[in-house]
Amino acid sequence: MAAESTVMNSLYARRRRRNVITMVLSLCATLLGLGWLVLILGVLLWEGFSGLSLRVFTEMTPPPGSSGGLLNAIAGSVVITALAVVIGTPIGMLAGTYMAEYGRHEKLTSVVRFINDILLSAPSIVIGLFIYEVVVRPMGHFSGWAGAIALAVIVIPVVVRTTEDMLMLVPDSLREAAASIGLPRSMMITRIAYRAAKAGIVTGILLAVARISGETAPLLFTALNNQFWSTNMNAPVASLPVVIFQFALSPYKDWQALAWTGALIITFAVLALSVSARALSSTRKQS
Amino acid sequence: MNVASVSTAIPTVVRPPLDVSGLNERISIKDLNFYYGDHKALKDISIPLYKNKVTAFIGPSGCGKSTLLRILNRMYDLYPNQRADGHVTLDGKDILSPKQDLNLLRARIGMVFQKPTPFPMSIYENVAFGIRLYEKLSKAELDDRVESALRRAALWEEVKGKLNANGLSLSGGQQQRLCIARTVSVRPEVILFDEPCSALDPISTAKIEELIDELKSEYTIVIVTHNMQQAARVSDFTAFMYLGELVEFDTTTQMFTAPRDKRTQDYITGRFG
Repeated sequence: MAAESTVMNSLYARRRRRNVITMVLSLCATLLGLGWLVLILGVLLWEGFSGLSLRVFTEMTPPPGSSGGLLNAIAGSVVITALAVVIGTPIGMLAGTYMAEYGRHEKLTSVVRFINDILLSAPSIVIGLFIYEVVVRPMGHFSGWAGAIALAVIVIPVVVRTTEDMLMLVPDSLREAAASIGLPRSMMITRIAYRAAKAGIVTGILLAVARISGETAPLLFTALNNQFWSTNMNAPVASLPVVIFQFALSPYKDWQALAWTGALIITFAVLALSVSARALSSTRKQS
Repeated sequence: MNVASVSTAIPTVVRPPLDVSGLNERISIKDLNFYYGDHKALKDISIPLYKNKVTAFIGPSGCGKSTLLRILNRMYDLYPNQRADGHVTLDGKDILSPKQDLNLLRARIGMVFQKPTPFPMSIYENVAFGIRLYEKLSKAELDDRVESALRRAALWEEVKGKLNANGLSLSGGQQQRLCIARTVSVRPEVILFDEPCSALDPISTAKIEELIDELKSEYTIVIVTHNMQQAARVSDFTAFMYLGELVEFDTTTQMFTAPRDKRTQDYITGRFG
């Protein structure tokens, strides 16, 4: 009895020691990981805020040495992103709807799902080069449209995936209930299933927006950049990521400062999108 | 007590055939077979379903009672690899025919499910939704119809002050009555209940059973239940199914007092299932 309890105690003590060591190690790992994030955000806030002023939102990108803002780049980013969502969302939702509602047992669906997963993780620079080949070269010039199309190609797989996943979460009992009052399938999808999956699908779209709002590579090959105010989508259009890329690489101090400010704006825009996406998905869980 | 001695003690019941004079056979199921892929789930089922009567399908899990119910509104058509052959006629018309319009059929034959399935919308909309599918009504007429459907489902008094609240905010029993209101609102002729109380507490169950009793004055009702007391309480006719076959069909009184088949006797006395 006594011998047994000493064995138990030594075993137990060892387990406790191992627990303490593991806890310390994982705490260190967490601090190391979070530390970089805090550092990045800290530098970003420090550098970005020092350049932040009303001018950033009211003036165009300046030539080196003179003062200016990021208005054309912000506007360009907003327009290109909005267009990309407008192009990508319907295509993604229709494909996702087919996969979850009509083609659930079709072979085509598993093929599409597989290809969609590849597209989902495709490097964005490859997408930029692809759009350069199929849109920019035939048109003969860079354009906002090409940029929007490139970003739409990134949006589509995200929306396909979330639409399919969210519709799959809608219980079949709800579909049967809709059918049981004589509701045609198309109306069941648009009036019942979409409504039940709405928060999830909107969250997916918001996350897609967050994803593309920082994309630089696809825009470099497509929308290029524009130093001036331009709403002509048929011509090169400025965008925040590309301006940041260009200004940050430049040797001019004032351009570098603007690049920091632009980075701060994008970061907070993405943060706001993620927070609202989270808020939305938590309301979904409650209902 | 020895099981064998009990079963030999059951006397053979000799009864006159069912007296169906004065009954209106609304739905006739004749020589019905059903397949899930290659698996034959129902074998040569023939049952009459009478107007203004409640017919209960009872039997152990997997006996095919829900499968049979879901043939009556062709619910199985939502899924691939499920197929029925034989005859199911509603007022003499074969509803298994490929020419049968499924949406119109389901508007005539409503269904209430095991788990309450309110649509993700307000209480009012849950009921109005089905009405709007087939009728163009003014706001006032629609309000009346919604109210009468909710009254018929014995839910009106509880929800009249919060018609705009989400249907999912109601309790389980209330949700189930909301689903009954939704089913009734489309003015069906037949209502199928698929274990409607298995997810509910005894008080809600009593309410639903009372409701079924009231509804039969207007509708032909079929109920699947694995609760034998419930079948005895609410139904006029009972069909006992076992392993995909119809073992016995009779009036509920006969079935529960003097079953013809030994398997029925064993099941209703709780010896298996």
